Amino acid sequence: MSQLFRMAPGGAWAGLIDRSREIRFSFDGRTLRGHPGDTLASALLANGVRLVGRSFKYHRPRGIVGVGAEEPNALIQLRRGERTEPNVRATQIELHDGLEAESQNRWPSLGFDLGAVNSALSGLFPAGFYYKTFMWPASWWMFYETFIRRVAGMGKTATAADPDHYEHMHVHCDVLVVGGGPAGLMAARAAGRWGARVIVCDEGAALGGSVLGERLFIDGKPAPDWVRETEAELAAMPEVRLLARTTAFGYYDQNMVTLVERVADHVLMPGHHQPRQRLWLVRARRVVLATGAIERPIVFADNDRPGVMLASAARAYANRYAVIPGKRVVLFTCNDGAYATALDLADAGVDVAGIVDTRPDPTGPLPARARAAGLAIHAGHAVALAHGGKALSGVEIMALDGDRLTGSSRPLHCDVLAVSGGWNPAVHLFSQAQGKLRFDDILGSFVPDRAAQAVHVAGSAAGHFALGQCLAEGARAGADAARLAGFGDGTPPATPATSEDAPAPHRTLWAIPPIEPGKGKRFVDVQNDVTAEDVALAAREGYRSVEHLKRYTTLGMGTDQGKTSNITGLAILSGIVGEPIPKVGTTTFRAPYTPVTFGTLVGPEVGEHLDPIRHSAMHPWHVKAGAQFVNAGLWKRAQLYRRPGETEQQAIDREVLNTREKVGIVDVSTLGKIDIQGPDAVEFLNRVYTNAWSKLEIGRGRYGIMLREDGMVFDDGTTTRLGPNHFLMTTTTANAVRVMAWLEYWLQVQWPDLKVYVASVTEQWAAAALAGPLARLVLADAVEGLDVSNEALPFMGYATAHIAGIPVRVFRISFSGELGFEVNVAADHGMTVWEALMKAGEKHGIMPYGTEALGVLRIEKGHFVVGPEADGRTTADDLGLSGLVSKTKDFIGKRSLTRPALLAPDRLQLVGLMPLDKKDEIVRGCQLVADGPGSGRGARPPVPMEGVVTSNCYSATLGCWIALALVKAGRKRHGETLHAQSPLTGRSVPVKIVPNVFIDPEGARLRV
Amino acid sequence: MLLIDCPWCGTRDQREFTYGGDAAVKRPADPAAVSDKEWHDYVYIRVNPRGSHVELWHHNAGCRRWFKLRRDVVTHEMQGSAPIGSELEPPLPIAGRPGKP
Amino acid sequence: MVKYSIFSLARNALSRHENWPEAWRSPEPKSEYDVIIIGAGGHGLATAYYLAKEHGVTNVAVIEKGYLGGGNTGRNTTIVRSNYYLEPNAHFYEKSLQLWEGLSQDLNYNVMLSQRGVLNLAHAPSEVDSFHRRGNAMRLNGIDAEFMTRDQIAQMVPLLNMSMEARYPILGGLIQRRGGIARHDAVAWGFARAADARGVDIIQNCPVTGIRREGGRVTGVDTARGFIKAKKVGIAVAGHSSHVAAMAGLRLPIESHVLQALVSEPIKPCLDTVVTSGAVHFYVSQSDKGELVMGGDLDGYNSYAQRGNLPIIQHVVAALLALFPCFSRLRMMRTWGGIMDMSMDGSPIIAKTPIGGLYINTGWCYGGFKATPGSGWVFAHTIARDEPHKLNAEFTLERFAEGKTWDEKGMGPTPNAH
Repeated sequence: MSQLFRMAPGGAWAGLIDRSREIRFSFDGRTLRGHPGDTLASALLANGVRLVGRSFKYHRPRGIVGVGAEEPNALIQLRRGERTEPNVRATQIELHDGLEAESQNRWPSLGFDLGAVNSALSGLFPAGFYYKTFMWPASWWMFYETFIRRVAGMGKTATAADPDHYEHMHVHCDVLVVGGGPAGLMAARAAGRWGARVIVCDEGAALGGSVLGERLFIDGKPAPDWVRETEAELAAMPEVRLLARTTAFGYYDQNMVTLVERVADHVLMPGHHQPRQRLWLVRARRVVLATGAIERPIVFADNDRPGVMLASAARAYANRYAVIPGKRVVLFTCNDGAYATALDLADAGVDVAGIVDTRPDPTGPLPARARAAGLAIHAGHAVALAHGGKALSGVEIMALDGDRLTGSSRPLHCDVLAVSGGWNPAVHLFSQAQGKLRFDDILGSFVPDRAAQAVHVAGSAAGHFALGQCLAEGARAGADAARLAGFGDGTPPATPATSEDAPAPHRTLWAIPPIEPGKGKRFVDVQNDVTAEDVALAAREGYRSVEHLKRYTTLGMGTDQGKTSNITGLAILSGIVGEPIPKVGTTTFRAPYTPVTFGTLVGPEVGEHLDPIRHSAMHPWHVKAGAQFVNAGLWKRAQLYRRPGETEQQAIDREVLNTREKVGIVDVSTLGKIDIQGPDAVEFLNRVYTNAWSKLEIGRGRYGIMLREDGMVFDDGTTTRLGPNHFLMTTTTANAVRVMAWLEYWLQVQWPDLKVYVASVTEQWAAAALAGPLARLVLADAVEGLDVSNEALPFMGYATAHIAGIPVRVFRISFSGELGFEVNVAADHGMTVWEALMKAGEKHGIMPYGTEALGVLRIEKGHFVVGPEADGRTTADDLGLSGLVSKTKDFIGKRSLTRPALLAPDRLQLVGLMPLDKKDEIVRGCQLVADGPGSGRGARPPVPMEGVVTSNCYSATLGCWIALALVKAGRKRHGETLHAQSPLTGRSVPVKIVPNVFIDPEGARLRV
Repeated sequence: MLLIDCPWCGTRDQREFTYGGDAAVKRPADPAAVSDKEWHDYVYIRVNPRGSHVELWHHNAGCRRWFKLRRDVVTHEMQGSAPIGSELEPPLPIAGRPGKP
Repeated sequence: MVKYSIFSLARNALSRHENWPEAWRSPEPKSEYDVIIIGAGGHGLATAYYLAKEHGVTNVAVIEKGYLGGGNTGRNTTIVRSNYYLEPNAHFYEKSLQLWEGLSQDLNYNVMLSQRGVLNLAHAPSEVDSFHRRGNAMRLNGIDAEFMTRDQIAQMVPLLNMSMEARYPILGGLIQRRGGIARHDAVAWGFARAADARGVDIIQNCPVTGIRREGGRVTGVDTARGFIKAKKVGIAVAGHSSHVAAMAGLRLPIESHVLQALVSEPIKPCLDTVVTSGAVHFYVSQSDKGELVMGGDLDGYNSYAQRGNLPIIQHVVAALLALFPCFSRLRMMRTWGGIMDMSMDGSPIIAKTPIGGLYINTGWCYGGFKATPGSGWVFAHTIARDEPHKLNAEFTLERFAEGKTWDEKGMGPTPNAH
C-alpha cells in the first residue's frame, strides 16, 4: 500500500517532511513507507492506518487522537528483543529506517481481538465493579486475579538487559526556557541578547511548537521560516544552548528542573558510545515556562471511534506532515480554533462536510472566512453520537438548547471528526513548582496564579493563546528573567508582527448528553475507558472528592496522565455535584510530566557501578592468591583462599588451624581509623567511650566500646595513644563512616569547647594482622629497628619501625585470641609490606586467612561483633562487658542505663553454645527453646523462645560446631540444656549453654 | 532538589549533605543532675513543627562541618543557615507550629 | 447497606447503574458523640468500624480535615505482611494479616488482597544469617516463612538478575507466602462503608482545630464546624500526629518524614511476587493494573510536604535496575510522597495518653498500611475498654522512658534510620 493519504507536493504549505527520501518501517508485520520528518503516527495516517490499538478495559478499537504528548490511544510496542519498549506514543516517535512497531493489548490480532468480549459485557463493568464482586468464594480471588491481570496491563517488558547506556549532565544556567514555540523562542532571544546563559528545551524533534502545524505568518514570513531564522540566531549566541527532543519532566525545589533528552531514539539504535538518552539536571536562576496548551475534546456518545481526533491534531497532520487525516471531515467545536483546521483541510483538498459549532451564533473573522469558503456551519448544534466500529463512518448531529439536545438527529457522513473543546494551559511544571493555580471561568481552565519559585510563565501556558500575545509575553518574560538573573535592564526585544485573526469568545462545554439514556459510551478518559456515566456513578456513590473520583474510576491514571481528560472529568463532576470547579478541586501535578525511562533516571549507576567498590591496597595480591570475595559495606574482602581440591569448609578449617598452630595473616585495612589530636583528646575519649582513658600511657592501646545515647552498644575498637595529645581510634568496618560523622557531631555541636580535631585516615593506612604462636618470629624477621619481645612490646603495646625500608606502625593487638600484631603502613606501600611479611613468614608456614576464618577465630574466642550480637538492642552488660563501664565518669548513653528495662533480670545475655552430641551441627539462625510441654519439636505456636543463635561455626580447633547466642538471663544458665531449633531447615539439636569464650579464657596466649 | 547553604562553602546540592535532625536538641550539661523526664525528653521527644524548623545538617561531602539551617518543612523554603554557636534570624511567624492555630 | 455481589452488579446493570446507593452518608455532625476519632484514614475508619462491630459503640464520629482515605492509606506501596522478628510486632502484625485474610468478606468490599508472597532477598552471608534468625522466630510464633535457595528464587522470579557477579549478588531469600498486596484505596472505602452502615458518622472536610480538656480529661474537639462534645477522643492522623497531639498539649517521640513511591507504566504480568531487598533499600510489586509499584528509603529530612526530591527516586530506580536489568526501558509514570510519623524505635504507639479519654495511634513509620485492620482492631479495644489489648500492650508512650523499646532494626532513637 502506498501513501494514499499523503498530500501532493508543491504549494506554500506542503509540509515539513523530506519527500526526497523514503523510509520503510513495519506495523504489525506490514511493511509501510514514510518520509523523514514523519512521526510514526503521521506515517500510519499517510498509509491509511486508522486502527492502532485497543483500549485498556473494554478492548475497544482505537485510533490516533492527538499529535504529541497528549496522545491517549496510539500506544505501541516499539522495537524487538532486548530493545523492545512498551506503550510508546506513536505521535512522538520519529520515523526511521527499520522501525518496527506492534499494536498492544489485543489477542490474537488488532483487527480481531477476543478481549473485545469485555465490550459486549461492559454493562457489568462500570467504574469500580471489582470492588463489588469476586468476593465469593473467598479463596477464589487469586484465581480471578490471574485473569484480571492478564487482560490488564498494556505492552510487554523486555526480558533481557538493556544494551544501551544513559548519561547524566549537571548544569547551572541563568535562564531555562521550557518550550521552543514562539513564546519560548522570544524569551530565549530576549535573555540571550543580554549574554545570559540560556538553555532552551523542547520535546519536539524540531523547535517551533504548535506553529509548525499551523498556517501563520510571523514577521511577514511563514511561521516555520521565522522559527528557523530565530533558531539560527540563537544558535549563534555562545551562551545559548538549544535542546530539541528534550522534555522537561520535573520541577523540584530551589529551581532544579530535570530534562530528558532523547539522544538516539530517532534512529534504529544509538551510535557507538552514544547514549540513548541523557538526563539533564538543570539548576536555573530563573525559569521561563512556555509550555503551550493542550487542546481538549468534547465528550459525546461513542467519541472513541477511530477517526475522532483533536482539531489541532488534524490541522498539524495536514500542515506539518502533509497528511490528510481522512477523506471527509466534520469539525465539532465550541471555539474558533477548529475553523482554521477546516480552512486548512479544505485547502488541502479534504471534503469538509460541515462545522458543528455549539455556539448559537459564531461570529468573527474565522467563521466569516469559513462561510466565504462555502463551508457549512451548523451553529448551535452538537455531535451527539459517532457511528462506526474499527473506523468512523459518520456522526449524528442535533440542535442544542442550552446544554441539552433538542429536535431530531441528522446524520453526517464522514471518516474524520476533528473536535475542539477549548484549551488547557500546560500548567504541569508550574504546579510541580508549588505554584498556585486559578480557575479562569472565561477560558474554562486552570491558569497559573501565584508562583512559588523563580519562574515566569508566558503565552499559551499562561492562558494567552493569541500568537502575537505569545511572542510579546515570551519577550517580556525572557527579558525579566535575564534582568533578575543579573543580565540587562529588562527591555524586551520588539515583538514581530503576526497574521493571526483575533478569535471570538469560545463557549465552555464539556459533555453532550446521550440522545437517549444508555445509547453509546461517552468516554472522558479514552485510555482507561472511563465514561461520563462512570463519573456520575462515582458521584452518586459518594466518591465526590476529585481524588476519590480519580482513584475510583481510574480517570487520568493512564500513561497520558489525563492530559486530555482530567479537567473534563473534574468539570463533569462539578456539574453533577453542583459545586464550582475550583471548589471540587484540582488534581495535584507531580513529576514526571510525561513518563521517563528508568534507565535515564539511573544513568551510569548500573551494574557494578551501582555503588562504588572499595579495594584495599593488597587487593591484587588476594586476587592472585585465588581468594573468593565478599561484600563488607562497600569493600570487597577476601572471604577465603580455596586451594585446588578443597571445599569451602576445608579451606576455612585449614586457615583457622594454621593460625592457631602456626601463623596466619589477614588484611584488616577496612577497619575504620580515625586520627584524634588536641589537648582535650583524653577528655573527649572519656566522654565517647564507656571506660576511662586518662591513665593510658603513650605507646599503649586500649579496647573501648561506645554507646548510643539510649544506652545500647554502638561500636567498638581499640584506640592507641601515639603521643601526649594524639590518638588513633579504630572502628568496625561497617560503622567507620558513621562513627566519624558522629564524633564530628559531638565535637562541633554538643561540645564545641573541647579542643580536639578528628580526621578519618582509613584510606591512608593499609593494615595487616599477624596472628598465631609464630607471629613474633615472622615479625622479627620482617621488621627493622624494633625489639618485638614481650618485654619491649607487650600486649596492647605500640611502636614504630620499618619493614622493607618503609616506616610502619606496629600494634600488639589480637582479635583471634592468639599472639598478634597489626602492622599499619601508608596505603601506597601496603602491598610491599604485605609481601615482605609473607616472605618472612614463608619458613614459618604463614597462610593468609579470610573473613570466614576470621569469624571462626573470633567466635572461638567469644568476641561479639556489631551486627549479630551487638544488634542495636544490647547493652554492654548484655555482652558481659560491664567491667568496661565506668561508674565514676559520665559518657554518652550512661544516663539511659538505669532505666528499668535495661536492668531487667531476664535480658538477653551473651553466652556460648555447644552441641550435646559433638556430631550435631548448630545451624545458622536457630531460635533456642526450653524443654517441656509447649516448646518441644512440633509444638503448637507460639512457642516461647529463650534466646537466639547469633553466630555459628564449625570449630576445627574444638572439632565440633559451636555458637554464640543471646539467651534470657544467659550468664546464670551456664550448663543448662536448650534446643536449637531451625524450623526453616527442619533441624533441632540439643545444646548446652557455656561461657562465650571457648578457647584460652584466661588470655594467656595473648600475653606470651 | 534542595539547595543548601553551607555557611562555610556556600550553596550546594543536597547530595553533599546528611541530615542531623532538630537543632534545638541540647544534651544536658550534667546528665546525672537532670530528672528522668528531662533525660527522656532530650533523647526521645521532638517538637516536630509543621512549618519553620531549625535543623542540623552535616556537609559530609564538603567541609565536614555541622551547621544550623532554618527550613520550612512544608514548602522546603530555605530560611537561612548559620554555624553552630551563631544565632539564626528569629523564627518567622510561628503559625503552623504544633499548638499554635 | 446494599450487599455487593455479582448479582447486585447484574441487577444494577439493567438500570445502567443509576440506582446504586451512596457508599457512605455525608451527615451533619451531632453535638455529642461517645467517641470521636480524628482522622478518616484507614486506621481511623477501621477503629470506628471495630468499635461498632466488636464493642457495640456506635455513637461514633470520624472527623477528617480533607477527604476520607486521602492520607497515607492512598499513598503507599500496598504491601501486606507480618514477617517481623520482635515478638510484639510479630504478634500484632500477624493478627492484622489474619484480619486482612477475611476482610473483603467481612466488609463486603473487595480489597483485593493478593497473597502472592513477599520475598526478602539476602545479598550477604550476614543477611542469610539474620533472615534465618527472623524466619525461625516467625515460624515459632506461628507465622509462615520459608528460606529460598538461589535456584528456587530464579524459578519464582525469572527476571531477577541472579548473577554472582552482580554488585550485590543474591544469595537466597526469606519468603512469607501469605504476604502480598492489596488495593489500598479500597481498604479505606470498605471500612468507611461498613462503619457508616453500623451508624458511624464520617464527617469529611472538617479540620479539627482544638482538643478541649477539663480536669485532665477530654471533653470534645473544636472543628471547622464548631465544638463537638465527646466522652473519648482517639487520634489517628498519621503524618500529623505531633501537630494534632500538640492541641492537647502532648509532645511525642515522633519526627515526620516524607517517603516517596513511584509506579511504572502498566505492562503485561511479569512479576508475580513482592520482592524486597534490604541491601539496596528497595521493594517492588506489580499491581493488578500492570504497574510496577516501588519504593525505598525516606528522603531523610523532616518534611510535611507530600512530595519529595529526585535523589531518592533515582536511588530506588537504581535498585530496581540492579535487581531487574531488563526493566531499564520501562518508564516511570507517577511519583508521590506520604508523610510518615517516624517513631524513635521504629515501632508504633497505640496507647492511652496521660489525658483521660484521649488515645493515640501513631508512629507507624513505613508499616502503617499493612497494620490497618489490626491497628483499628486493637485501638477500638483500647478506647472501648480504656485499656490496651495484649497485642498492643507493649506499644505505649511510656516505653521510651522505661527503656522497653521495640527496635526491629536496632537503629536507636534516630527516626530517619528506621
